[in-house]
Amino acid sequence: MSSSARIGVLALQGGVSEHIEALTRVGAEVVAVRTPEHLHGLDGIVLPGGESSVLDKLLRMFELRDPLTALLRGGLPAYGTCAGLILLADTVLDLAPGQQGLGGLPVTVRRNAFGSQAHSFETELAFAGIDHPVRATFIRAPLITEVGEGTDVLARLADGGVVATRYRNLLGTSFHPELTGDDSVHEYFVEMVRAAQNG
Amino acid sequence: MTSENPTQSTATTRVKRGLADMLKGGVIMDVVTPAQARIAEDAGAVAVMALERVPADIRAQGGVARMSDPDLIDAIRAEVSIPVMAKARIGHFVEAQVLGALEVDFIDESEVLSPADYVNHINKWDFDVPFVCGATNLGEALRRITEGAAMIRSKGEAGTGDVSEATKHIRTIKSQIRALSALNEDELYVAAKDLQAPFDLVVEVARTGTLPVVLFTAGGVATPADAAMMMQLGADGVFVGSGIFKSGNPEARAAAVVKATAAFNDPAVIAQASRGLGEAMVGINVADLPAPHRLAERGW
Repeated sequence: MSSSARIGVLALQGGVSEHIEALTRVGAEVVAVRTPEHLHGLDGIVLPGGESSVLDKLLRMFELRDPLTALLRGGLPAYGTCAGLILLADTVLDLAPGQQGLGGLPVTVRRNAFGSQAHSFETELAFAGIDHPVRATFIRAPLITEVGEGTDVLARLADGGVVATRYRNLLGTSFHPELTGDDSVHEYFVEMVRAAQNG
Repeated sequence: MTSENPTQSTATTRVKRGLADMLKGGVIMDVVTPAQARIAEDAGAVAVMALERVPADIRAQGGVARMSDPDLIDAIRAEVSIPVMAKARIGHFVEAQVLGALEVDFIDESEVLSPADYVNHINKWDFDVPFVCGATNLGEALRRITEGAAMIRSKGEAGTGDVSEATKHIRTIKSQIRALSALNEDELYVAAKDLQAPFDLVVEVARTGTLPVVLFTAGGVATPADAAMMMQLGADGVFVGSGIFKSGNPEARAAAVVKATAAFNDPAVIAQASRGLGEAMVGINVADLPAPHRLAERGW
């Protein structure tokens, strides 16, 4: 019997409801995070897709940036999809003027690495730790161009491009599993959260 | 790059609707120059609509309004990293082809421009780029989705700064969805006939209680409180056209509308966002517009 995992979804902008539904389906207790108070008592947090430049501004506007950064540095498990990955990455190429991430995940990420929306795509990927191909949707997606020491590569495109990584408590994917109805990456993250609770 | 790999599928319905999903909770701003696009991105817009004239000027200047010059669209794309949308005339599939060739991120088949076809809308399934279309009621929204729209915006009355039509259209769409959900299965056949929409889509909306695509609001939003009201009425996000760059202080107003849209349920935040914004766009009361000048009546 594992205890219930209480997982926040940053709910300022973007594909929030899809993550809330996926996490609910895999048995997590979900909290929509809009204010610093909502961060209290979380066992993990999901940073959704959206526009990373907008999420960055809203995190500062609503005074979430500093408390959230402190929680991540303190080991709170976090999963960033697309814009959420950009927020977690230590280095981001092609940032909007003034944009800053939260950092912590030792990777370099290029924003909009595939070009305009006409080049957005869906595919299936082998994902280390998941026993079947994961359905993945890439929307004006970032690509992980460099991976730091100690960071695991969990998934690659057919051409070798890195699209999922994990470093300690931080998980990031270029793609959106929450748009596909395939909940296996959310299950993987909930397992990360439970392991951290029990560890 | 994706064409090299047959296992990667571009332009699927999921990929098209997915971009709209990522815009939720955000503000899409009309811009007519790269400098305005810079202001919009700096203020936190999730996307910009690249135009030659904002609706208020189209209304004031009259004449036929068409797709923007590709040079202008390219210049705006070069300025910002957020998605860039552009408008094609209703039914003008070649303007849409041109916008597709320019690789804009979204095409708005828009009643703000002069219609090119008074019978047919564009067959949007033919395109790799997703489309957003306007609607004044649920039937119109479902017809646009049937034609391939990946996102709907309630029309409102563009270029007026009068939010009353936006309110009417979002209320109508949401209340028609709620009414469908209350019907039993036998009654959905007649509901589909009344809505002039395909039965399967009507059943899907009745079952899920929501459109299968993202629903934004447009047409007359001019203040942070206007934007927050649209969100409280159930919009997934807002388009602001003339309301920002026809106001006294576009930088401050743009940021304030973004803030109020994100915190739409918090009156204290909306109050704070509403302070010191300078003059709002002067606006026109929709009731003072003679019927032939009402843009929302274009499209069917």
